[in-house]
Amino acid sequence: MAESSAIRPPFAITLPPATSRSNHTGAWRTERPVYVDLLPPCVNACPAGENVQRWLYHAEERDYEAAWRELMRDNPFPAIMGRVCYHPCQTACNRASLDEPVGINAVERFLGDEALRRGWTVEPTEPDSGYRVLVVGAGPAGLSAAYHLRLLGHAVVIRDASPQAGGLMRYGIPTYRLPRDILDLELARLLELGIDLELGHRVDDLPAEMAEGGFDAAFLGIGAQISRRAYLPAGDSARILDALSVLRTVADGGAPVLGRRVVVYGGGNTAMDVARTARRLGATDALVIYRRTREKMPAADVEVEEALAEGVRIRWLSTIAYAGENAVTVERMRLDEDGRPQPTGELEELPADSVVLAIGQAIDPSILSDVDGISVVDGLVQVGPDFMTGRAGVFAGGDVATNDRTVTAAVGQGKRAAQSIDAWLRGRVTAAPPPRRLATADRLNPWYYADAPAAVAPRLAVPRRASTFDEVVQGLDEATAVYEARRCLSCGNCFECDNCYGMCPDNAVIKLGPGRRYTIDLNYCKGCGICAAECPCGAIDMVPEQT
Amino acid sequence: MRAQREGSQAVALTVARCRPEVICAYPISPQTHIVEGLSAIVATGELAPCEFVNVESEFAALSVAIGASAAGARTYTATASQGLLFMAEALWNASGLGLPIVMTVANRAIGAPINIWNDHSDAMALRDCGWIQLYAQDNQEAADLHILAFRLAEELSVPVMVCVDGFVLTHAFEAIDVAEQELVDRFLPPYRPRQVLDPQAPVTIGAMVGPEAFTEVRYLADETQRRALTVIPRLAEEFTTVFGRRSASLISPYRTEDADLVVVALGSVLGTLAETVDELRADGLRVGALGITTFRPFPTGAIRAALHDGQRVIALERAFSIGSGGVVSADLRAALAGMDCPLSTVVAGLGGRPITRPSLRRLIAETARSSDDPAPQQLTFLDLDRDQLPRARGGGAWPSSA
Amino acid sequence: MAVQRVKFYQTGSFAVGNRLLDPAMRSVQADPARTNAITSGHRACCGCGEALGARYVLDAALRATGGKLVTVNATGCLEVFSTPYPESAWQVAWLHSLFGNAPAVAAGVSAALRAKGRSDIRVIGQAGDGGTVDIGFGCLSGLFERNDDVLFVCYDNQGYMNTGVQRSGATPPGARTATTPVEDQTPGNPFGQGKFVPLIAMAHEIPYVATATIADLRDLEAKVERAMQLRGARYLHVLVPCPLGWGSDASDTIRLARLATESGLFPVFEAEHGEVTDVSPIRRRVPVEEYLRRQARFRHLFEPTRRDDLITRIQARADATILRFGLIDGKEA
Repeated sequence: MAESSAIRPPFAITLPPATSRSNHTGAWRTERPVYVDLLPPCVNACPAGENVQRWLYHAEERDYEAAWRELMRDNPFPAIMGRVCYHPCQTACNRASLDEPVGINAVERFLGDEALRRGWTVEPTEPDSGYRVLVVGAGPAGLSAAYHLRLLGHAVVIRDASPQAGGLMRYGIPTYRLPRDILDLELARLLELGIDLELGHRVDDLPAEMAEGGFDAAFLGIGAQISRRAYLPAGDSARILDALSVLRTVADGGAPVLGRRVVVYGGGNTAMDVARTARRLGATDALVIYRRTREKMPAADVEVEEALAEGVRIRWLSTIAYAGENAVTVERMRLDEDGRPQPTGELEELPADSVVLAIGQAIDPSILSDVDGISVVDGLVQVGPDFMTGRAGVFAGGDVATNDRTVTAAVGQGKRAAQSIDAWLRGRVTAAPPPRRLATADRLNPWYYADAPAAVAPRLAVPRRASTFDEVVQGLDEATAVYEARRCLSCGNCFECDNCYGMCPDNAVIKLGPGRRYTIDLNYCKGCGICAAECPCGAIDMVPEQT
Repeated sequence: MRAQREGSQAVALTVARCRPEVICAYPISPQTHIVEGLSAIVATGELAPCEFVNVESEFAALSVAIGASAAGARTYTATASQGLLFMAEALWNASGLGLPIVMTVANRAIGAPINIWNDHSDAMALRDCGWIQLYAQDNQEAADLHILAFRLAEELSVPVMVCVDGFVLTHAFEAIDVAEQELVDRFLPPYRPRQVLDPQAPVTIGAMVGPEAFTEVRYLADETQRRALTVIPRLAEEFTTVFGRRSASLISPYRTEDADLVVVALGSVLGTLAETVDELRADGLRVGALGITTFRPFPTGAIRAALHDGQRVIALERAFSIGSGGVVSADLRAALAGMDCPLSTVVAGLGGRPITRPSLRRLIAETARSSDDPAPQQLTFLDLDRDQLPRARGGGAWPSSA
Repeated sequence: MAVQRVKFYQTGSFAVGNRLLDPAMRSVQADPARTNAITSGHRACCGCGEALGARYVLDAALRATGGKLVTVNATGCLEVFSTPYPESAWQVAWLHSLFGNAPAVAAGVSAALRAKGRSDIRVIGQAGDGGTVDIGFGCLSGLFERNDDVLFVCYDNQGYMNTGVQRSGATPPGARTATTPVEDQTPGNPFGQGKFVPLIAMAHEIPYVATATIADLRDLEAKVERAMQLRGARYLHVLVPCPLGWGSDASDTIRLARLATESGLFPVFEAEHGEVTDVSPIRRRVPVEEYLRRQARFRHLFEPTRRDDLITRIQARADATILRFGLIDGKEA
């Protein structure tokens, strides 16, 4: 290069670099980009209120502990959830509009199992408050309430009439869906927070026990553990059982005698559970009879599919007209113009050694009957939006107060009830959080997401399934779990893909660093909107400038 | 060393000794021998490092030169006539950017009608573009002016055009002393650019300048070019010191001090003019000749000093402005404002028509004897064949094929 | 595409960056310390595709050359909006000469650097479609024929936008411009045989020819990097939508580049010494209408009456291009 020591560039013809930065083109703008944080549909759908997107974000980075801790802020049972939750998050997942929903449930299971493998624990976040709360019922609602109350610094005692904790997690869900060692480990970890558990203790007189124990508040999570009974014409020697008792007997280690041909009456998850259990107990034929159609069956799709895969047969649009010793008489139904099943009069006799009724659960109101302020209407304890009953300081949640009938819903209600109890104890009024805008699929720019079909969790081979109570659905290995987590689109929340930073023609997006996202350089942003248009997850809005 | 050489070859050799780093050229008569000569020299490798680029047009040629010069290389090209016009916008661009490119223009007429022979209409058409224009009167000057040109260009950061009459000089054989390399190196140091494209010190060259600063840029360009009026004489003296012979400078007066009539001219005609002056002087007419070597910037001061009141002046031009009149005359008239120097314009030698001694004698003698002041804007065409005109004007019968 | 696509299942290789990707594997544009060869404060229209294209190309070139780069720019939008005295948005060594001579000037810079023994410093010449396809064409061909060591980049926005949206040799058929107005049944720009300079460049059999758009940044950067690995004359043709000239939403600039590719109207490929070596297949094909509808310069094809005759002809061109380059499943005609 020729020596340029005597550089005397000609006036105006030659300019120093980057002198354009004195020209603040931001003045041209009529609208500006604003980064938003919207409510992802998965978070919106989770009955337990988990921040699903947030813990997937950590899992993507292989920071499983951070992911697990985020999860544990809302739900103490990820390993259980990963096996029994019906994942409404996946139903709501926007990825379904691209290929298939993200396997959130499978990732949650991986995180839960990983935590158990590594022995991670949580600690209470608040100092001891001095308050004592009684939790009645050691099912998912009660356990969740106890967990959150303990984290918030309160002393908690759980009392449950059963010999073991878990509620329907132990006594209703078969082990091939939820192995008992997993249940026990997560239970133990929860109790290690410093929660007292008194089993075999049925609370008959709530006000007395509260006064005696010095409890400042109580949470009722006693569930709906009584099977509904319907009038069924039957012979004297007909063998008729109820599903919950059957499942309970199996859970206690017993083996109910159902015979070779079992008929299950009902269409919910319990019906599926008991039919699949019957197969494992040796029934050669498990037939589910349901009076409406498949679409109307309340059982989760995955339960129905797995039951069918295991050889359970289902007969829709049918009722049991009569139960005899060795057979049932089945009447065909038809749907009328209003979609209601009507008897047709066509009868058929089918061989059956036993009939198991799975037509619903009801609460046991006995403990509540004389308690002032607590009322039961239509089989549910009445609670306000804060989950408090009519009696001050007594809260309720789970199957006893709502019809949701899932473990996840119970966990979520237990959490919200605990938060209400905490506010009530401390004399605070919790304002409802401002409503958040939903991150809908139309805000996405799906081009940027690579084609990646869902990973399929390995499953036990069908022939094996029907003969053991071993877990049917297995977990994902780490690589697959990470792959699945990374299918998350991060709807409505920036995940630092750099599109805005890279696509601004005016170099007006400032990258703040890992985890800190971006900010707009308003000195230069012309408001073209390319950033918003090309944001894959719809985390940028264009808002008009104030004139 | 003095030797018989073709003018073009002497120029090529001299330019080669100026150590150009990039040479680019598009062939056009009568420049071809220059670029062929340089091509041969480059091919031998003795000029290395030097890139010889064969371009696809004259516009490309000057454009390549612009790029090369901006990147800090000493750059040379050559053209003529149509080629010069084809690179017209690049000429303005090069001077505007302040790039010290040296270019030989082998002066040639401009078509239509196409004509490959010598006159000055090409360079004159581009006299306003900001390039310094030097006119050689013989082949020694043609060669030597190139050395001066590189030095001048690089000192001022202004491009320089060396005008050499096409065919008359370029293809003529003369005894020429081509400067020795050692002496050229003494006179012409390596090129140190005023500004350069350098990734380590990036600048933006060639900005868009609006009304608020354009006038000042142009003013400065004029101011810079006019500095040549002092720089050229200084360099000419230095040239003499180094090379031991006279160098061309701003003007070249011949027996003008006591002349009653002076003929002002540019280029090779000055040789013929000198002989004519001697002949007429022998006949008792006190006449002289004034050669303008530096036409741009116009050497007003030097010309006013070389002439005095009472001298008649003939501007002998090899180009003119159609619809107006003389070109050199216009500058001359302005330069002589306030002096008593009646000026007449004579256009001669267009399209290669020879300017002969007899014609010049007749012209000068008649003018000297005439007592009339020439009418302003009077335009005389030397050796105009008036017999051809009626036929040309009237559109006479087409030659039939029969 | 010569580069192995990064298989990454969140945003794959389609987004500019990804927090989960090793920084060394991210695009040049994702780098927080990127060179920003053209920086803020320039006067390009809101949403200008050319400003983006220039930064993409030059930042990639600066990385590939270790900063040893000189840029020669023709007259046009890019030059005018980036260097109005006293402001320059450039942070590279940059020279502007004239409209039609950028290839020749770049050749001159390259020759000078070689003469000075500094061939390690690389040269990029750049121009719009006007300065490449029309007025710069002669010089461009000269550069190709001599195989000068220059990467020449054309930012194609399909018209003379800087002077007010007049038609160029690169204007597509059916487009309205200021010099191909729409009257009655006229189509706007006539349906001629086109002037696709990448193919002309290939006919010169130069070492490298490639097309790209600003919608596929990774592809564009990879091509610049590839080009800088080679010596001799190289040509890169980048489609850059112009909201002003095309009559489109400023926020649609990237989307339109994407649709141009996905409809088959703009083929994305690489060639060496006159032979196509790689093709970027269409990922999700769309009918040309989806692309045309978003641009006011094609509005006359839909309003006041729908011109199916013209739309069909344009679709036929897209179909032919897809077949010719094998843009779907590599099936060539």
